[in-house]
Amino acid sequence: MDTDSFVSFDHVSPEDSHEVHVLAVDDSLVDRKVIERLLKISACKVTAVDSGIRALQFLGLDEQRRTSESDGFVPDLKVDLIITDYCMPEMTGYELLKKIKESTMFREIPVVIMSSENILPRIDRCLEEGAEDFIVKPVKLSDVKRLKGYMTPKEVIKMRSQEDRRSDGYVNGGDGGVLEINNKRKLEEQDTSDVSLSPPSTSTLSSSPSVSSPSPSSSPTSSASVLASPIRRLKMTSTD
Amino acid sequence: MLGLGADLLWADMNRLLAFLFHQGVLDEQFLQLQQLQDETSPNFVSEVVNIYFHESEKLLRNLRALLMEKEFSDYKKMGIHLNQFMGSSSSIGAKRVRNVCVAFRAATEQNNRAGCLRALEMLEHEYCYLKNKLHELFQIEQQRALAAGVRYPVQN
Repeated sequence: MDTDSFVSFDHVSPEDSHEVHVLAVDDSLVDRKVIERLLKISACKVTAVDSGIRALQFLGLDEQRRTSESDGFVPDLKVDLIITDYCMPEMTGYELLKKIKESTMFREIPVVIMSSENILPRIDRCLEEGAEDFIVKPVKLSDVKRLKGYMTPKEVIKMRSQEDRRSDGYVNGGDGGVLEINNKRKLEEQDTSDVSLSPPSTSTLSSSPSVSSPSPSSSPTSSASVLASPIRRLKMTSTD
Repeated sequence: MLGLGADLLWADMNRLLAFLFHQGVLDEQFLQLQQLQDETSPNFVSEVVNIYFHESEKLLRNLRALLMEKEFSDYKKMGIHLNQFMGSSSSIGAKRVRNVCVAFRAATEQNNRAGCLRALEMLEHEYCYLKNKLHELFQIEQQRALAAGVRYPVQN
C-alpha cells in the first residue's frame, strides 16, 4: 500500500481488504472451474454460479425477493464485476445483462459476456445493452488481466476519492457500495480524453448505432477499453 | 539415479505433448491450463480434465441415444448437446474433438441423419483417442513426480 495515501482503514476488514469480487456465471462445470482458477490466480475473490437465475438470487434480484431502494435493504455483497456466459439454458447471458442493467442497485457493476461464438450482431447487441466487454472463449489469463482494469474494489475507490478530493460525483457510500463504481468511472473519464462510444466500427457488417448510456445519471460507460478490447479480441475471420 | 529417471520422464512427457500439439489433438488452451497449475493447485489440469471426461461421456451417450431413436431424431437437442461439447472441448484445448463437433453440428442443421451417424462415430473415436493420450500424459507426470521425489497427492 502506498504510504502517501491518507486513508482511514476503519471500515476495511482484513479479509476483504483490496480483493476484487467477481461473480462468474456459466452453466458448464468445466468452464466454471477454469474461470474460477483464472480469477483466483489473478487475486480475485470468486463466486461461481451455474445460471442467470442463481446469479440474480445471489444479488437479491430474483422474483421471490425483489430488492429495491425503497426496501432499505442493501445486500452487502460488494460485487465488482459480473462475468457471464452468453449461451445458457433458461436465461441467456444477454437476458441476465439486461436484468442487471435495469436494476438501479446493480446497474453500475461492469458486466462482461463470454461466448464460444464470434457473432458480431450478438456482440453489438451486448455492448449496446451496456456490457463492458465481450470475450470469445476459451478464456485466457490475458483476458482476465484485462478485465481487472475495469474494476477496482470499493475500498480502493474510497481511497482515490479522498486523495483526489473531487467533490463532484463523490458519494459517501457507507453501505451503498455499488454507487462508488460510478465514482471510479467519473474519475477515470476526467483523466482520459473524450472518446466516442460507437461499437467496433471496423466491422463493416454491423450498422449498429453508438452505445447509448444505460442510465441518465451515470456517465457514459468506460471509454477506451470498450473500443480497444472487443476489436482486439474479435477473431475476424470471414467464415465464422 | 532418481534424478535421471525424472529427467527422462520429463522428456517423455514433453515428447508426447509435442506430438499431440503437432497432430492438432491439443491446442494452446491446454498450455494455458498447465499455466494455471501450481503449488496452490497442483492437480488443476487433471481435475478439470476429469470433469471434462465425465461430462463428455454423458453427452456422447445422450447423442447416441438421440440418434438411435427409431422415429426421428431430435436434431435441435443434439445441437444443444454439441454446443456444450464444443464449449468444454475448446476450454481444455481439445482441438480435434471440437472440430468434429462443428462438423457434427452442421449435419444436425441439415437434418442429415446419415451424416450425423458418421460424425458421431468420428466423435467417439476422437474422444477415445484423446482420453487415452491424456491418461498417458498424466501417468508419465505422476511417475516423474515420484521419481523426482516430490510428494504427489494420491487421488482415489
